[in-house]
Amino acid sequence: MSGKPFDFTVALADDALIAAQRLAEWTTRAPEMEEDIALANIALDQLGAARLLLSYAGELEGAGRDEDALAYLRDDREFRNALLVELPNGDFAVTMAKLFFLAAYQLPLYTALVDCADERLAAIGAKARKESAYHLDHGALWVKRLGDGTEESHRRMQAAVDQVWPYTHELFVADPAAPVDPATLRPAFDETVGVVLAEATLTRPESRWAPGGGRTGVHTEHLAYLLAEMQVLHRAHPGATW
Amino acid sequence: MSARSAAQRSPAAANEDGSVSAPSRSITTQAGTDARTAAASVVDPEIRVITIDELGILRAVEEDPATGRVTVTITPTYTGCPAMDVIRADIRRALAVAGHPEAEIRTVFSPPWSTDWISAEGRAKLAAAGIAPPAPVTPAAGVVALTLAVRCPQCGSPETEQVSRFGSTACKALWRCRSCSEPFDHLKAL
Repeated sequence: MSGKPFDFTVALADDALIAAQRLAEWTTRAPEMEEDIALANIALDQLGAARLLLSYAGELEGAGRDEDALAYLRDDREFRNALLVELPNGDFAVTMAKLFFLAAYQLPLYTALVDCADERLAAIGAKARKESAYHLDHGALWVKRLGDGTEESHRRMQAAVDQVWPYTHELFVADPAAPVDPATLRPAFDETVGVVLAEATLTRPESRWAPGGGRTGVHTEHLAYLLAEMQVLHRAHPGATW
Repeated sequence: MSARSAAQRSPAAANEDGSVSAPSRSITTQAGTDARTAAASVVDPEIRVITIDELGILRAVEEDPATGRVTVTITPTYTGCPAMDVIRADIRRALAVAGHPEAEIRTVFSPPWSTDWISAEGRAKLAAAGIAPPAPVTPAAGVVALTLAVRCPQCGSPETEQVSRFGSTACKALWRCRSCSEPFDHLKAL
C-alpha cells in the first residue's frame, strides 16, 4: 500500500469482499446446518463492510466508479486484497484457520480505525468491529474445538494452521503513511493467536516464508477464477438488478 | 434502556459521507407529525412484530420548514443487513400515503446501532413473539466478552444453551431451553 487513502480503503474493502465470496462457497456444503448459517452470516457481514468501504473508495477516487464498478469491473491485477483471503477454502480446518487469522487482524484494525483522522473510516470501523468480535469468537471456538479434539481433528487443524500461517505476515507490512499503519496491529494479533493456539494445544509455526504481493495486485492463480465466478453476471448483463 | 421515540433522540452525529449534520429541525407542523408517525409505523421486514422505531434503527424524521420536504434518517443493525432495501421501500411507501411522496431517506452508520437502542415496548414485543431480547451491552474494547445468560421466552427458565451464535437473520442467534426443550431465537447483544 502507498498510504494514499484510496489504496488503503480499497485494500480493506477487497479483503472483506474476497473473504465474503470464499465463505459463501460453503453455503449448502458446511458440515452441519448451524455452521452453514454461521458462515453465510459472517460472509454477509464481510460483504456489508466491503460495500461501505468500496462506496467510500469510489468517492475518494472521484472518477465516477461506484461500489458495483469497483467490485465487478476490475481485473485481478487491480485487486488489493491480501493473499490470505483468496486462498481456496480447503477442508473445514483450513477455512477456520483463515477465518480466525483474518478476524484476529480485522478486529484490532477496525478498532484502530475508530480513532483515525478520517471520519468515514472511523464510522465504518465503529460499525464493523462489533461484527468482527463475533467472527473472532466463532473462529477461535472452532480452532480450539478441533485442535483440542480428537487425534485426527488435531492433526488437520495443525496442518491448516501450518498451511495458512505464512500468509498472515502480509497483513502487517508497515505503511506509516496509512490512516492506520498495519504494523501497529501485530502485537494485538500475536497476543490473540498465542492465547487461542495454546488453548487449542496447537503449535504456532516458525515464521520464515512470507508470501506477499496482494497489496500491489500480484495475486495467486486462485483469485482470477474467484473473480470470474463473482463478476460474470454483472459483466454479461451490465447494471443488472433484482 | 430508553423508551423514548426516535424523533426525541439526538440525530446521528455524522452523515454517511462523514460530514456533520446541521442541527435537527424540530417537527412543529401537522404534516411533520404525520410523517413521523408514518415512518415510525413501518415494521421490520424480518421481525414483523416490531417497528423500526422500536428497534432503534429510525434515527430521525425531519421536515424542512421552507419546502416541507421530509428527510428520514435510518441506520442498519448490521452492515450487511439485507432488509435495508425493503425498509427504505416501506418507509417511502408509508410516507407517500401520508402525503410525502418526495421524502428523502438517508442511511447513516455513525454512531453504530446498538441493541441498547431497542425500546422497552420493543423488548416486550420480541419476548411475546418468542425472541429472547438482548442483555445490555457493555462498552466494547478489544476482544468482547459475551454474556451468555439468556432466559427462555417461553417458560422463563434461565437453563438455556446456545445452539449456534448465528441464526435465521444477521441479528439473531439460535438457542434452546433445557427446561422446556423449546428452541428459540435470541437477539444478539451488539
